[in-house]
Amino acid sequence: MIQPQSVGIVVPQRARFTDPLPLKSGERLDDYELVYETYGSLNAARDNAVLVCHALSGSHHVAGVYANDPASTGWWDNLVGPGKPLDTRKFFVIGVNNLGGCYGSSGPNAINPATGKRWGADFPFVTVEDWVNAQARLIDRLGIERLAAVIGGSLGGMQALSWTLQYPERVRHAAVIASAPKLTAQNIAFNEVARQAILSDPDFHGGHYYEHGVVPARGLKLARMVGHITYLSDDAMAEKFGRSLRHGKTLYSFDVEFEIESYLRYQGDKFAGYFDANTYLLTTKALDYYDPAFEHGGNLSAALARATAEFLVVSFTTDWRFSPARSREIVYALLHNRRPVSYAEIDCAAGHDSFLLDDPQYHAVLGAWFDRIEVRP
Amino acid sequence: MSYRYDYDVIAQWIAPGEKVLDLGCGDGSLLRHLMQVRQVLGWGVENDPEKLLACVKNGVNALQIDLERGLAGFENGFFDHVIMSLSLQAMHNTQGILAEMLRVGREAVVSFPNFGYWRHRQSILNGRMPVSESLPHQWFDTPNVRFFTIADFEALCEMNGIEVRERLAFDQGKLILEEPNFLASVAVYRLGRR
Repeated sequence: MIQPQSVGIVVPQRARFTDPLPLKSGERLDDYELVYETYGSLNAARDNAVLVCHALSGSHHVAGVYANDPASTGWWDNLVGPGKPLDTRKFFVIGVNNLGGCYGSSGPNAINPATGKRWGADFPFVTVEDWVNAQARLIDRLGIERLAAVIGGSLGGMQALSWTLQYPERVRHAAVIASAPKLTAQNIAFNEVARQAILSDPDFHGGHYYEHGVVPARGLKLARMVGHITYLSDDAMAEKFGRSLRHGKTLYSFDVEFEIESYLRYQGDKFAGYFDANTYLLTTKALDYYDPAFEHGGNLSAALARATAEFLVVSFTTDWRFSPARSREIVYALLHNRRPVSYAEIDCAAGHDSFLLDDPQYHAVLGAWFDRIEVRP
Repeated sequence: MSYRYDYDVIAQWIAPGEKVLDLGCGDGSLLRHLMQVRQVLGWGVENDPEKLLACVKNGVNALQIDLERGLAGFENGFFDHVIMSLSLQAMHNTQGILAEMLRVGREAVVSFPNFGYWRHRQSILNGRMPVSESLPHQWFDTPNVRFFTIADFEALCEMNGIEVRERLAFDQGKLILEEPNFLASVAVYRLGRR
């Protein structure tokens, strides 16, 4: 057996588009850039491309490392590589940073070509559908007519699903992982708390904080802390931290006492140090807005009638933010439309974040499913 | 796997191109067979992760759902046939799942090992629980939770308003016409709503 390996040193690439992109909000982007990475080789038949869509804080950097930073392993490196479930010896894998992101694609912290200044709060609202439209243009640019597969977890799963509805003829397979056909009110509520934390930070300056030489780090930290709680399961948190006290006793203070507090503050600070607050705001709104059934009177089956792909839907038992029941809604709607669909409910303790981990059953199912996808030499 | 002959019986009852749901589909080999010989549009239901994985490897669409919780989410009358091959004896919610099968399917196909089979009776007479080709497990590691005979099953159908449209009984692949409750080790039924 070939040992799973890394795709090795990777280099991000940049594509500029000057054909205006109409957005769902009614606005449009006249000129935009997407940063992307690719792994493996596009075959002669150009039928082995797999697009990986990222979640809330993800990026184009899916696998491998950067030459100047050995710690810069891609966020789905355990999945993508030679001998891994998404095998780069067979597939040409594409990772792309979404519009509105903060890793080099056009977004709030990038320069607005029209003004020469950073976009800030002027960057338009972007939706899952807009992302897919932008990705489709990148796929055009790469000379790919039809994707062998599109895959994503969480918000990435929404993009994968949306691909099958917006461009049914361009997607052969879709893997929708730890996702949902739309957020619940509770989910939107968490997102709103996160946004309010950012919007109410005195350093936010209406989204134009770049010009003030500050970042709303406190708000972004709080937003991440709230989010982080919801990505873990109670069990995972209990196992990792329990009620462990840092000083071995209670101090009756608001300093860090419980280990979970320390962990959340650390994660929050770390995140606030590299992520952009405006991107967080835009991306959580994109999550909230996604609802393909809305235009069909809430009927998801009717909404998915356009899809012609073969599907894999995966959920995780302890994921309470995108629970298995939400994945089953997608499964039943696909079934109604007679779509080929497999559904795995992975018994993994880690909550929503399970989709990033390398649970053996999860990766075995993904590997077997990708094995099934036929590509020409 | 044994009892492939029940696959042939089931295939005879399935028309080409039907929508089929196979409950407790195992590694998906029955569905694969039906896809090949009847070009069915098939989905399996399997709660065992290893078997689900085997289905994916087999090119069979399988859904990981716990049958004990019924088939909520599946639409009434969506499937032409809902199959449960050699799994009914492993279900706790026997009556519930039979009702669900006939809710989501036009017809149900059920096969099960017959505990009234003469060799099983002989085994019990000799003081030991039966272990055979159709009941391959020891009493302490069997997945089976219901122990019933052809006569028991037909009484249950009668009681629950389930119409037996066809029954075929077998012993080691041979069709048994006389005294099936005594001479057959496996029975296959085509069921409908009365």
